[in-house]
Amino acid sequence: MAANKISMKRRAQLTLRDMKRSVPLYIMIAPFMILFFVFVVYPVLTAIWYSFTDFNVLEKANFIGLNNYKKLFLDDSIFITAIKNTLIIAVIVGPGGYIMSFLLAWMINELPHKLGVVLTVIFYAPSMAGSAVLSVFQQIFSNDSNGYLNAFLQNLGIISEPILWLSDSDYVMIVVVLASLWTSMGVGFLSFVAGIKGVDDAQYEAGAIDGIKNRWQELWFITLPNMKPQLMFGAVMAITSSLSVGSVGDGLVGFPSPNYATHTIYNHLMDYGSIRMEMGYASAIAFILFLLMIAANMLIQKLLRKVGT
Amino acid sequence: MDIITKLRANYLKKKKSKLDFAPSVKKSERSFWGNVILGLFLLAMGFAFFFPVIFMVSQSLKPMNEMFIFPPEILVHNPTMDNYRDFVNILANTVVPVTRSLYNSLFVVVVGSVGHIIIASLCAFPLAKFRFPGSKFFNQLIVYSLMFNGAVTMIPNFLTIARLGFLDTQWAIIIPGFASTLGLYLMKNFMEQIPDSLTEAAQIDGAGYFRIHFTIVMPVVKPALVTAFIMVFQSFWTNTGASFIYAEAEKGFAYVVGQLASGNVAGVGASYKGIASASSVIMFAVPLIVFLIMQNNVVSTMATSGMKE
Repeated sequence: MAANKISMKRRAQLTLRDMKRSVPLYIMIAPFMILFFVFVVYPVLTAIWYSFTDFNVLEKANFIGLNNYKKLFLDDSIFITAIKNTLIIAVIVGPGGYIMSFLLAWMINELPHKLGVVLTVIFYAPSMAGSAVLSVFQQIFSNDSNGYLNAFLQNLGIISEPILWLSDSDYVMIVVVLASLWTSMGVGFLSFVAGIKGVDDAQYEAGAIDGIKNRWQELWFITLPNMKPQLMFGAVMAITSSLSVGSVGDGLVGFPSPNYATHTIYNHLMDYGSIRMEMGYASAIAFILFLLMIAANMLIQKLLRKVGT
Repeated sequence: MDIITKLRANYLKKKKSKLDFAPSVKKSERSFWGNVILGLFLLAMGFAFFFPVIFMVSQSLKPMNEMFIFPPEILVHNPTMDNYRDFVNILANTVVPVTRSLYNSLFVVVVGSVGHIIIASLCAFPLAKFRFPGSKFFNQLIVYSLMFNGAVTMIPNFLTIARLGFLDTQWAIIIPGFASTLGLYLMKNFMEQIPDSLTEAAQIDGAGYFRIHFTIVMPVVKPALVTAFIMVFQSFWTNTGASFIYAEAEKGFAYVVGQLASGNVAGVGASYKGIASASSVIMFAVPLIVFLIMQNNVVSTMATSGMKE
């Protein structure tokens, strides 16, 4: 006990000494950290507090314990559908977009610089154009035979009647997944492009001497391990963007989607947060989404540790 | 000669000498057919990804009678700049003078992006390279903060901004934008790749943390800075929602361009369809130009080769 106490005291002293030594570091991080706590941490904590209340923006919030969460899982069947849909979309779009952006970045790296820049812009363009690209998807997947896809399939004689891509609850999911993949080449892709450029050429030369035979080995043993920080970043981006899908479906098939076929957690959150203004309930949804992302992140970090072994 | 300059010169020399005496063993080469397949694949993917943008530009050049041909054609028969002219006319007749909104947009975007890069990179460096009491906690906090949906934190944020007296000023958008964690997280991940020997050498030679940051770290992670800059620039540029929330009176912001693009003004009525796509093109063109300028710059960085471990 006594020994423990001394070591505690000693540890406190050491920490204090470390802190004194790191004063310049604290000064460096202070401007950002202050803003970060004021505009990010504080609002998030407030929102988590709201999730235990019946806050509706107009009236004073009352503490109602876990009622919001109980209601979500027991009484709100649409929320259960939303979880299911979110997971279906995220499982396809997350890893799909992640792998696709990495492979494209890898291929771009082999090209001459100017061509590489042009292709980077081209692949990033749909993400940069934002909601403007949705009108194009609407044109492609239009319900009548004037839509590109219907016209194409009809000309080939595969279908005789136009398919209601944007209204039939059997098909809207496919359309939303495709459109989400289309816009999934976001910031993660940019970081991959920049990260691959930073891999030292000397390592490839050394690898060739050490007996690396083909490009796949080169990729696995040299490129990927050298890019771990970017891979982490890309993974976090993929998780956050794929689990918060919803705006694409919103713009394409409307809100609410037919039969709630593409209703996601994000849509549910927006419904309560910015249409019904039931902030308490919306905050509970946001908190569950948050936990889901943390779980996904832990899983991915575990997988990424295996890279290059 | 100054110590830091000497250090940098040394590294440059090392890099150069490596180029002079490059070993004869090269990266493994791809076969001819590999090149053909890669080229065709990139061409196909490039077309698929750029199609929405081509469509958008072609829509904006169409005269009224071609706009509603079904199925829509990509090729414009009589290209016209009418849509752009009309768009400029609308801008010229808005309540808030267009010069004012242009100035507001530029001020917010430039001050916001540059300020964010400085503040966030200053914070990213200690978090990436040093261990000090609290550093692990801050690191975790930043990753988790990326995962909380912004929809429910709007109200606490509004209250904070009101209390700070930022309402109806540009700072209501700029200051919270500084605290965006995305750019910080990206820069931090790239900084983790800087070898300890480089920072330690500078420390032994008596350089302070700030000095190391600005003279060594910043140049080495230039690709990350560029990527982060594009990201923040884009998020400020498309941040039309915030200008609605934080401007109670008209004197604040009107991101007229943004409002038109998101269809709030121009979306009404069929005759505005062309104008809406013209404004989409303009909205898209600005980040695109910034992107091209910045990406082209990445190559001229004092490349990281020889600096990684």
